[in-house]
Amino acid sequence: MLKLLYLAQRPSRGLIKLFNEDIVTMPRRRLPGFRRRIGVVFQEFRLVPHLSAFDNVALPLRVAGVEERDLETPVNEMLSWVGLGHRSTARPATLSGGEQQRVAIARAVIARPELLVADEPTGNVDPEMAKRLLHLFDSLNKLGTTVVVATHDLHLISRINRAEMLRLDRGQLLDPTGALRHPPRRTEM
Amino acid sequence: MKGGIRKFGAADRRLLPEGRLSGPMPWVIAIMMFLTVLAAAAGLGLGSAASSLDADLANRVTIQIVEPNPDLRQTQAAAVVRALRQQPGIERVRQIDASEMEELLEPWIGAGGLEADLPIPTMIDVDLQPETYERLGALKAKVAAAAPSARVDDNAQWLAPLAKLITSLKWLAAALVLLMIGATAATVVLAARASLDTHRSTIEVLHLMGATDLQVARLFQRRIALDALFGGIVGLVAASLVLLVIGNRVGALGSDLLGSAGLPPLSWLILFTLPVAGVLLAMLVARATILRALGRLL
Repeated sequence: MLKLLYLAQRPSRGLIKLFNEDIVTMPRRRLPGFRRRIGVVFQEFRLVPHLSAFDNVALPLRVAGVEERDLETPVNEMLSWVGLGHRSTARPATLSGGEQQRVAIARAVIARPELLVADEPTGNVDPEMAKRLLHLFDSLNKLGTTVVVATHDLHLISRINRAEMLRLDRGQLLDPTGALRHPPRRTEM
Repeated sequence: MKGGIRKFGAADRRLLPEGRLSGPMPWVIAIMMFLTVLAAAAGLGLGSAASSLDADLANRVTIQIVEPNPDLRQTQAAAVVRALRQQPGIERVRQIDASEMEELLEPWIGAGGLEADLPIPTMIDVDLQPETYERLGALKAKVAAAAPSARVDDNAQWLAPLAKLITSLKWLAAALVLLMIGATAATVVLAARASLDTHRSTIEVLHLMGATDLQVARLFQRRIALDALFGGIVGLVAASLVLLVIGNRVGALGSDLLGSAGLPPLSWLILFTLPVAGVLLAMLVARATILRALGRLL
């Protein structure tokens, strides 16, 4: 489902509306423009192995055509924010799992996407960093970004009061009305 | 942020790992270019030889006065020259003098000069206007009337098989050049596909970040162009050295026919443009291959 959301796959039938447009019937040539509006944190990070942390984070900006002189400051700031300012030249292979995840998150949010899709974004980071990342997601949401987080850590997500929580089980949306966060009261007989 | 800019900058060339000499492709292209330059040089040289042969033979006949009596031979030769000079449609009449005959015959009879009693035919070169050449029979009759011992040889007729062979070899060389171009294009297709497979995960990430097919294709195009340029220059340099050595050897032979197959400056210029053409071909083929393959991805 996340892959459908960040346009890594397209459905063979059905309807998906994204940014008020039907992406199922959308011509392929329009997809890059849509993808630039989406930030993705992949569960397996998917960092480009031969690029430094800086270049990985700068990737969405370069794809969007940002000039080199304009991307250095935001990329360095973002790396510092996720606690990796001192590791900007490190290749992914030399980073720990948690560090790679933070680079992946920095890359996903650097271009201020309209939609952020994060697959288990806090799985490899310590609790303090997880809290900071959730705070980042919350801040982005307040600035207008729609944030979709897939996680098994209900406790963590529960800390954000405004977050809608939906539960998927074997491809089925079990409580589309947000009942996970607000379970119906039991009526005593 | 500027949206919609289609080119990656210099920094993004690192998106595909460098190491352009790591694979076999530059060396394969170098071999292809080496063979292409040699085949093209052969074609151009043979073309030059064919033109030279045409210019030498076109509308030209040689008249031999085959008469054992030297006085009579000389009288008949003078009569033929006189008759031809009065004839319309004749461009030039030139009797080969004794010293030139000695020079021509030197490879066979040595440098000692012609013996007085050696019955060497007197030869007369005649350049005709095309319409006169087409009516060679009338000319032969005039010559026979002036000199009964005269024999008219149509140079083109004697050398026609050689001219045909040269023309055939020229077209064979052209066909080889075309085959080489096809093989080079096929090599680039295979290299582009292999490179695409190698970097598939990076390409998927780029796509998911919103990179267009053209942006991705340009990365490969640049890389393959550099490989092709390297291969092209190596192939050209190697082939040029070979051609220079062959040229020297041919020059040492002193053969007019082989010498006429030399490469004029324009031919060298054409040969030097081949690597550039190779780079353009490689870029176009790589671009088409990559775009086609990317079009099959989401």
